[in-house]
Amino acid sequence: MRALIVDDSRAMRRIVGRILEGVGFEVLEAGDGQEALGVLEGLDGPPELACVDWNMPVMDGFTFITEVRKRSEWRSITLMMVTTESEMDQIVRALAAGAHEYLIKPFTGEAMLEKLDLLGLLPTSTGV
Amino acid sequence: MTISPQAFTFVRELVRAESAIVLETGKEYLVESRLVPLARAAGHPDVDAYVADLSKRRTPAAMKQVVEALTTNETSWFRDSDPFTALRQNVFPALAKTRSNRTLRIWAGACSSGQEPYSIIMTALDTPELAGWKIELVATDLSEEMLTRSRKGEYSQLEVNRGLPATTLVRHFERSGLNWRINQSIRDRVEFRSLNLTRPFPPMGRFDIVFLRNVLIYFDLPTKRDVLKRVRQVMAPDGHLFLGAAEMTMGVDDAWERVPAGRSSVYRIREAITVRGSTCVH
Ligand SMILES: C[S@@+](CC[C@H](N)C(=O)[O-])C[C@H]1O[C@@H](n2cnc3c(N)ncnc32)[C@H](O)[C@@H]1O
Repeated sequence: MRALIVDDSRAMRRIVGRILEGVGFEVLEAGDGQEALGVLEGLDGPPELACVDWNMPVMDGFTFITEVRKRSEWRSITLMMVTTESEMDQIVRALAAGAHEYLIKPFTGEAMLEKLDLLGLLPTSTGV
Repeated sequence: MTISPQAFTFVRELVRAESAIVLETGKEYLVESRLVPLARAAGHPDVDAYVADLSKRRTPAAMKQVVEALTTNETSWFRDSDPFTALRQNVFPALAKTRSNRTLRIWAGACSSGQEPYSIIMTALDTPELAGWKIELVATDLSEEMLTRSRKGEYSQLEVNRGLPATTLVRHFERSGLNWRINQSIRDRVEFRSLNLTRPFPPMGRFDIVFLRNVLIYFDLPTKRDVLKRVRQVMAPDGHLFLGAAEMTMGVDDAWERVPAGRSSVYRIREAITVRGSTCVH
């Protein structure tokens, strides 16, 4: 399984990347939404998962998920916002725009795994 | 600085007598770290002095605080997920066929800070077979502090990150400063009460479903056996018991039978299955 991590913080991409690799994902990275669209275009097929920050330069995460949802060939991508934005209406907007899950920073590795479990993206549901 | 053997023994025996929780040798560090805040609050220089004073005075309130400080309250929303999927897809629909009064009675026997009973209610609300049903949910714990937190229903950002689907968060919670509070309509559906599992249960009626998850692991074998036996007595004959992932009845109380339910398992009273012959869920 492949996961695309879209975040302008390299440290955050590394943290999320480690967690995802730990459960068997091959990790791809992009520093903003525009770059992430480019990565998707260049792939032979869509990744299973994208973890997307909200605030980023060039193209923010909200715009990115809106763009992804416009493309039928990317419909199978599970989208998870991973962001410090924590207002109720932002979560509602992200879900309405097509995000499947929403993880608020800061988070623990366990919390991330529990979200993946909810999304059916853990190799075996062992109960984390 | 570590706790003295005498102080450790006193705390171990107190905790064991009051809650059945077994603190093995090697848990000195845990005891020390959990009691430091209590010692400080009581104005003692260290845990030994605090315990010495406690063993002399034996103030019930202070003793209770020590026991509560040594319980582990780790929990999360929809913990392990599979049991809650099984509840929605297997257990609730099976029971819905057999209860003509359209009422289910559920007990969450070690509810910690409330995530478990609230997860049960939210799961019931997501089960079409239970639309219009009355769910009576009694949630209990030994710890008054946990019961107060549960009743308040307010959770930090870190806590709502743990296993709670975002759609559920926006549907059933509201912001409360930096925290999130579960809606009153959900809070009102759970009755929180104080109950020590190792003591005779107060009158509670019969339950169709019992959650007793991640608490038996802290007890020794005779206590586990005794609790499981008494749970049978408050359970409908065709009821369903949920245990934690690391817990089982086998070799503890063999009157229970483990039955698969979706990707999870539940425990059912043996006679119910052999005598009635039909009601096991798959
Ligand atoms: C690890 S938590 C489990 C919470 C929840 N059932 C779950 O699975 O997530 C264990 C809980 O058991 C409670 N507990 C420990 N000993 C108890 C006893 N003798 N009677 C009732 N509750 C007890 C503790 O206060 C704590 O809240």
